[in-house]
Amino acid sequence: MTSLGRAVSVLLAGVVSSGLAPIAPAQVTAERLRESAKEPQNWLMYSGDYAGRRYSTLDQIDTKNAVSLAPKWAYQTMAGGKFETTPLVVDGVLYATGADDRAFALDARSGRPIWQYQRALPPDVRPCCGRVNRGFAILGDKVFLGTLDAHVVALDTKTGNVVWDVGTSDYNKGYSITLAPLVIRNLVLIGVSGGEYGIRGFIDAYDAATGARKWRFYTVPGPGEPGHETWEDDSWKIGGAPAWITGTYDPLTNTTFWTTGNPSPSNRGEGRAGDNLYSNSLLALDPDTGKLKWYFQFTKHDEHDYDATQVPVLVDDGERHLIMQANRNGFFYVIDRSNGKLLSATPYGKVTWSNTKDASGVPIERKEASPTLTGVPVCPGAIGATNWMSPTYDPKTKLFYVTAREQCDIFSTAPQPYDPGHAFYGSAYFPNDDAEPFWGALRAIDPATSQIKWELKHLSPSWSGVLSTAGGLVFTGDAEGNFMALDAASGKIVWHFQCGASVYSSPMTYAIDGKQYVAIAAGTTLFAFGLP
Amino acid sequence: MRPVHLFALILQNRGMAIRPFLCLACLALLGYFAWNDAVLAQDKNPYEGNPEVAKLGEYQFRLNCAFCHGLGARGGGRGPDLTRAQKRHGNSDAEMFHNIHDGIPGTAMPAATNGGIGVGMSDEEIWQVISYLRRIQVKAPAQPGGNPEHGKQLFIGASGCSTCHMIQGKGGRLGPDLTTVGASRSVEYLVESVRNPSRRLAQGILEAMKEFPEEYESVSVVTADGTKLSGVLLNQDQFTLQMLDTREQLRLFEKAELRSFETRRESAMPVYDQKALSDKDLQDLIAYLQSAGVQ
Repeated sequence: MTSLGRAVSVLLAGVVSSGLAPIAPAQVTAERLRESAKEPQNWLMYSGDYAGRRYSTLDQIDTKNAVSLAPKWAYQTMAGGKFETTPLVVDGVLYATGADDRAFALDARSGRPIWQYQRALPPDVRPCCGRVNRGFAILGDKVFLGTLDAHVVALDTKTGNVVWDVGTSDYNKGYSITLAPLVIRNLVLIGVSGGEYGIRGFIDAYDAATGARKWRFYTVPGPGEPGHETWEDDSWKIGGAPAWITGTYDPLTNTTFWTTGNPSPSNRGEGRAGDNLYSNSLLALDPDTGKLKWYFQFTKHDEHDYDATQVPVLVDDGERHLIMQANRNGFFYVIDRSNGKLLSATPYGKVTWSNTKDASGVPIERKEASPTLTGVPVCPGAIGATNWMSPTYDPKTKLFYVTAREQCDIFSTAPQPYDPGHAFYGSAYFPNDDAEPFWGALRAIDPATSQIKWELKHLSPSWSGVLSTAGGLVFTGDAEGNFMALDAASGKIVWHFQCGASVYSSPMTYAIDGKQYVAIAAGTTLFAFGLP
Repeated sequence: MRPVHLFALILQNRGMAIRPFLCLACLALLGYFAWNDAVLAQDKNPYEGNPEVAKLGEYQFRLNCAFCHGLGARGGGRGPDLTRAQKRHGNSDAEMFHNIHDGIPGTAMPAATNGGIGVGMSDEEIWQVISYLRRIQVKAPAQPGGNPEHGKQLFIGASGCSTCHMIQGKGGRLGPDLTTVGASRSVEYLVESVRNPSRRLAQGILEAMKEFPEEYESVSVVTADGTKLSGVLLNQDQFTLQMLDTREQLRLFEKAELRSFETRRESAMPVYDQKALSDKDLQDLIAYLQSAGVQ
């Protein structure tokens, strides 16, 4: 960006925060993405910042006045199914996606649509777990969408018109894209879903201007590549390891961090002896080349569907540059992000799949937890101690907040031949009927000790992510349809609103004309709340 | 009526004379036959009696169906026992295919293709599952050994079931309506529900998009003015509670405004042990429930 352009964008940001409507939206540059902390009125990427903290310095809504929060507008997509989006907001315009690869841009002050887009999907796409999408990435005059038929599409921010549309892989074989892409400089990074179909996972980077693919990193190494020896015979060809949650980025070391899901078939280890790299792993990649710098595998040779696809949150603690992840397998991991070395792994929910650690402290599967023909009870269950819903890290309270689930399942297994495009679980899992009803909680973990400082118990497990703000609040939703604000220090609920449907999304916040809004998707509706 | 017959009838009656229209009609007719073939293909299991296909079906069943219907299709907490020949929504090949392929409106049964439970099935895989279900179907459906007439007398009389349960519009409201329970649940499930009602609570409201239904929990509250109420929980969330009290009055509360409240995973239904209901009487009662469901 030229220094003039930079000056204009700073000027516009200043106009917004001083209470006047901007004359024309400035384009989102790579620099603005990197310096997103300088414009808290905007929400420029899936997790709010490159660190993946889902934290905002906006503090107009705080623990004292949150009680008077009220809906400002609602936008209905009329697309059924889970509504998982996190909207972006840039200079007063909100960009979001809905189920079935719908997308829209709204006047973020009124909720009135500016344009709408509907992907013409083939009738036989194979999303394993709902026709969902989690949101856009933005750069310049384009927003970027990953589709259920495994394309990446760039839309014009002013019209919603398709600028480019590239296929990544064959949806007939079970490939799909559900995550919000991540833009780093001029590249659009995406990962693929399909761990239930025996795909071979990958992470791709596309030129934001043209859609040309710049690199691909296969999350299952091919012959001759390091890690290939962790797969039995040809099992690597259908090894899974999808990357279906948006990564994070450390500009200081120019490293992007991505996480991967289960090896395929998810609940049957027979036929894929070995650690099955890089399934259920954290990958540190060079964003310019896609080259692997280091990796850390959370669950080796997984048989319980413990995808590691939770946002890897970057936290700086003095001299220590860390990655924190509350993993689906029930452990809270703290990792040195300069080298991938594990610092600690501590359960934050009920765990029975592992009762030992290896020499480096990595939890290892108990033999008896391996699925059998008749079934064996294991905690956490197949949905995990958490799932893809975003956690948040609040630098003021120095707490890590995560939606946790208490559910054990009975894991049974069944031999199943691979058939391209067909479900490939090699197994089944069932709720344990004799167990107490499943429940959930929002847990505040103190990363210094890995102990739980407080928890808010949910009546049934929630699929809502969490947002923290400098107003001393955390926002989350529940399966009973409530959207809530809590005191970040104590966990006390200070406000709630009944959305009318279970929340399957993560909240975000933005400001226009000096007024702060908090947005959440629930049912088929996107809600924005603000002070009276 | 087969639609193709209707179409042929229309052609006859209109005495088609205009050639282009006739050709169009022929094309439409051809299309109709093709469509009808496709429908016919879904009427009859092409793999009937094939044990290998049934085995594949067992795996598909585990992946897609067992979550609700149980590992051996004997019925779980959500879905009915599928080993019985009497099925509430039909037991013919065509009916079963339709129910699996399209789901059953008004029930928790999803369409096989929606990805809601399991990962979806192709037409061929649906036939595999039907082959499996045929293999495990109880050959001669156990004739209810009991006396349904006597069971009915017990239900509305001595055993007091109808105080809380309805069958075909008659009875109380505190417990679940039992009109179809005999048709959809295994005998084991029914026996357990009578002998040990708290072991698995009956399921109540299931909200759209919510993973788990509410259950028939017991609830007691003390209101702000000190009034004590007890009854059955209809629904609740973090902040509110909806219940039916023992006098069948709807009571709706903000939890914060109550002096206290307690929900218990205990059925409000008394335990019917041998003393309260002999094995013979229980058999009669179940015979009644089974006959009521198919009427």
